[in-house]
Amino acid sequence: MRKSFFEASARERLLGVVDPGSLKEFLPPSARQTSPHLNLLDQPVAFDDGIIVGAARLDGAPILVAAQEGRFLGGAVGEVHGAKLVGLIERARAAPVAPAAVLLLFDSGGVRLHEANAGLLAVSEIIRALLRARRDGLRFIGLIGGSSGCFGGTGLIARCCDALVISEEGRLAMSGPEVIETVRGVEEFDSRDRALVWRVTGGKHRYLLGEVDSFVPDETAAFRAAAIGLLQRPAGLDLETVEREHAFLARRWERFGNCDDAPEIWRELGVPLPLQVPGLAAADFVALAQPCRDQP
Amino acid sequence: MNRDLLLPALFPQGFTLEEDQDDFFRGTALVADETVLLVGSRNAVEIGVDLALRISAAVLTTLRTHPGRPVVLLLDTQGQRLRRRDELLGLNGYMAHVAKVMEVARGRGHPLLSLVYGQAVSGGYLTSGMMADAAFALEDAEIKVMNLPAMARITKIPLERLEALAQVSPVFSPGAGNYFQMGHIDAIWKPDPQEAPGALARALADAIAQVRAGTSEDARMQRGAQRGGRTSAEAVARAVRQHA
Repeated sequence: MRKSFFEASARERLLGVVDPGSLKEFLPPSARQTSPHLNLLDQPVAFDDGIIVGAARLDGAPILVAAQEGRFLGGAVGEVHGAKLVGLIERARAAPVAPAAVLLLFDSGGVRLHEANAGLLAVSEIIRALLRARRDGLRFIGLIGGSSGCFGGTGLIARCCDALVISEEGRLAMSGPEVIETVRGVEEFDSRDRALVWRVTGGKHRYLLGEVDSFVPDETAAFRAAAIGLLQRPAGLDLETVEREHAFLARRWERFGNCDDAPEIWRELGVPLPLQVPGLAAADFVALAQPCRDQP
Repeated sequence: MNRDLLLPALFPQGFTLEEDQDDFFRGTALVADETVLLVGSRNAVEIGVDLALRISAAVLTTLRTHPGRPVVLLLDTQGQRLRRRDELLGLNGYMAHVAKVMEVARGRGHPLLSLVYGQAVSGGYLTSGMMADAAFALEDAEIKVMNLPAMARITKIPLERLEALAQVSPVFSPGAGNYFQMGHIDAIWKPDPQEAPGALARALADAIAQVRAGTSEDARMQRGAQRGGRTSAEAVARAVRQHA
C-alpha cells in the first residue's frame, strides 16, 4: 500500500522511513517537555514541542533521527524544539561509534514567531552544531516533503546538510511567498498562484537547480529508499567543499540572475519542453531532468 | 551608529576599504598591530544572493591567502532580501553557504567576530553574525525577528499582552540586551569615542585574544542559562545528549 509522506504525521513518516521496530525516542511525549513560552502565552502546547528525536536503524545501519511535526504551529522552531535537535547533534558527535547518518525529516516554516528570539537563537545553534559535526565527518541527510514545507530558518538548516531528498510537494525556500507578497505586493509574488508557488519553491525546480540530490514520488517508501541510497555518500566539510560550492553558486547567479520564472531557467539548462515539467509524474520527470540538471 | 563614524572608532590604528559599493564593504584593518579582515554591510541593506556571494568570497579568499587572520563582520541589515528572483535562485542555499564558509574558517583557526552596529534581522544575521565565536552589538543596535505589533498580528495575541510579557522575558521583543540575556551576545559596546577614546578598539583586541584562547565550542546555551534569559534550552539538550 502506498503511503503519502505529505499527508502523514511526523511519527507516521518516521516509523515508515526507519527499519521496523528500531526507533528509540529521546524525551518522548511522556516526558511532557513543553514550551515554557507557549505556556506563558496561554497557547496550546505539544508534549514533544513538535519534534521527535531518537535513535534508529536504516537498512541495518545505526542512525540518529529527528522529525518535525508540521501540524503543530507549522513545525516551527522554538526553544525546546530547537534544543532537542541541538542535543541530538551533540549526541552524534559524542557517540563512541559514529552513527551512519543523522536523518532529518523537515516539516517547518522556520522560527516560531510566538517565541521569536528564542527560536532564532535555536536555529543558529542548530546550524552551528550541524556544521561543526560535519567537520568531524558526520553525515546529515534531510528529507523534504511535509505539508508545511521547509522555509525560513529550517530552509537554512536543510541546505547545511550533506544531502537532501525532496518530492514535488516538498517546498524549499527562504521566505515564504505570503511573506514576500505582504511586504512587496502581489506583483512581486502572488502567493495564491499555486502553480507559481510550486514552480519557484517546489521540489522539481530545486532538483533541476542541483540543490537537492534525490527526487522521489510522494511515498514514504520512496523517501526511505532514497535515504538508504545516500548513506554511502562521501561526508565532510572542508575548504575544498566550500570552494566547489562557491563556484557552483556563483555560476548559477551568473547564468540565471536575470530570470524571472523557473521555466526560463529550465529552458536554459536544456530541459526539453520546460512548460510541461509541472505536469510530469515523478519517474518521467527524473528521466527527463537527470541528464540536464545543474550539479556542483 | 553611522558606518563612517564606526570605522575610525573601532580601528584607530588604521583601516583600508578595498571594496565599498552596493552597501557591501570589504577591507583590512589593524587591531593591536595585527591585520584583520573586515567585511560588512551598511544602510540596513537586504542580503540577497549577490551579497551572500560577496561575503563568502571575501572570507574564502582570506582562508587561502592569510591563514589564521581574524575575520570581523560589521553588520547593518534588515534581513534576507524579500524578492521572488532571489527565491528562484535558492537564496537559502546562498545563505547557508555563508555559514559553511564561516564554519570552515573557524576550523582553520580564524577567530570570527561580529558586531551589529545598526540592525540585524533574522535570516540576514543567522548565517553571518550569529556564526561568530564572539558576537557584539552597539548599545543602540537592534537585533530582532520582528517587532511586537507584527508578532501580535501574526500570532493573534493582543499587543498589550505581548508588551507586558516583554517586560519580564527577553524572548519576545527586539533588542541587543535581550540577546545578551539569552546568551548570544558576548557584550554590548557603548559607542562614544569622545567619552572613552580607544575603548572600542581595546574591546575588539581583547575579544580576538579571548577567542584564540577559547575552545571554539558554542557556549551560548550555558550562558543563556547562567544569565537567566534562557531557562530550558541547556537542560533539554543535555537530556537528549545523555538519554540512556
